Amino acid sequence: MFDDFMTRATLAGIGVAFAAAPLGCFVVWRRMAYFGDATAHAAILGVALSLTFEMSIFPGVLAVALIMALTVTFLTGRGYAMDTLLGVLAHSALAFGLVAVSFLSGIRIDLMAYLFGDILAVSRTDLVVIWGGAVLVVGLILWRWAALLTSTLNEELAYASGLNPKREQLVLTLALAITVAVAIKVVGVLLIAAMLIIPAAAARGLARTPEAMALIAAAIGALSAFAGLQGAYLFDTPAGPSIVCVAAVLFVGLNLIGWQSRRGA
Amino acid sequence: MSLISVNNLSVAYGANTVLRNVGLELEPGEIVTIVGPNGSGKTSLLRAIIGATAPASGVVSLKPGLKIGYVPQRLHIDQTLPITVERFMRLTERVKAAVCTDALRAAGVPDLLKRQMSQLSGGQFQRVLLARALINRPDVLLLDEATQGLDQPGSAAFYQQIEEVRNATGCAVLMISHDLHVVMSASDRVICLNGHVCCEGTPAVVASAPEYRALFGAGTGGALALYRHEHDHDHTHHNEAAE
Repeated sequence: MFDDFMTRATLAGIGVAFAAAPLGCFVVWRRMAYFGDATAHAAILGVALSLTFEMSIFPGVLAVALIMALTVTFLTGRGYAMDTLLGVLAHSALAFGLVAVSFLSGIRIDLMAYLFGDILAVSRTDLVVIWGGAVLVVGLILWRWAALLTSTLNEELAYASGLNPKREQLVLTLALAITVAVAIKVVGVLLIAAMLIIPAAAARGLARTPEAMALIAAAIGALSAFAGLQGAYLFDTPAGPSIVCVAAVLFVGLNLIGWQSRRGA
Repeated sequence: MSLISVNNLSVAYGANTVLRNVGLELEPGEIVTIVGPNGSGKTSLLRAIIGATAPASGVVSLKPGLKIGYVPQRLHIDQTLPITVERFMRLTERVKAAVCTDALRAAGVPDLLKRQMSQLSGGQFQRVLLARALINRPDVLLLDEATQGLDQPGSAAFYQQIEEVRNATGCAVLMISHDLHVVMSASDRVICLNGHVCCEGTPAVVASAPEYRALFGAGTGGALALYRHEHDHDHTHHNEAAE
């Protein structure tokens, strides 16, 4: 069944959705949306590095994303205006990455494939990397779930419970870098943050507990991946952006329903 | 031995020393309140005790196996985070619903289990924080200005609840407060902090200490009288008369 490119693409999309959903919830709860953006944009620099050294994309992107995320984490709380700093870092990384890629004259690179993803070209090996990364991210978050949630709610409460919020922040940073590295093939660097935030935000109105929100976000993300790919096939539209469009439509639809039912109540 | 023992503690943020040679002992079952003006290092002291801030010098030692129930100053739950009272109660302890209900009852809010945290009033919210802190039957309750945002009768009722909890469970209480008027009534000991320990003793001793009066002014000399003022009734009958 893995011979069919649509099957591989759908499985890749669902894999990314599963990793992005619980992580995306924390990104939303901790107001780290721009942080996710900065990490994702830095990934294009990782692409350039990987191509320069003629190695596979995954380790290069993972390394650069991790460095970017750690840099931002390190600078957090050291007196910088965070949104300005993140804006500088995110777009500089993107610009340097694009320029660096242009120097690679030997190879003709389809830049669009890295900016917006190339999910229809997902190979069996890619699928293994994506699902491996997804399982790792979900496992990491499940393992640290209670500690992450406590640290997110209140730092002192975490310390008093014998936890270290700084270590939990590192767990999220690592999970974010892995997610970026596996999602680049599916939605590209420009839309990774969308896969993190939109399903989580869409799930908010339907959930009464943090766990429910993460599960519903995973369902919304997987549905978006499936429906987006079908739509892309049907209307001959770019696959990555189509997935995000479906997620956005679900977000608006669910919010309208929630708004209606609140008014009715 | 003491539950919490702080010796010669100094805490600094960069070049700014906020606590200098502070000592403190907390014995089982006693209620100790730390008072002090803004910037006097009250919160830094509590952060050092829970391990959130590393001391510049000195030692904080906790009795081995000490269970701490912590009530934070202000807990902001982001609008995007859905969480019921029941789920919040189980944040760090896996306990049965009955245990949650018992803790909520002890904190004076027995019927909130299924509510969303975001829908609670300020007073209910603080009591749920208290209930969560009680859930693992702590040896010590630590409270960091837990009545911020409550009005005076609300704070008075909250401190009365703390005293009831102590009487019922025998846990020691160490709390920070700026509610001078209401806090001292329930305290066995008061520590007046301003970068160092200015004075300490029973509420009556501290309230009449010259160091305390220098910090808080003569105006609060009436604090003892004020907090003895009974708030055991509310004033709805005025409204009824108006209607």
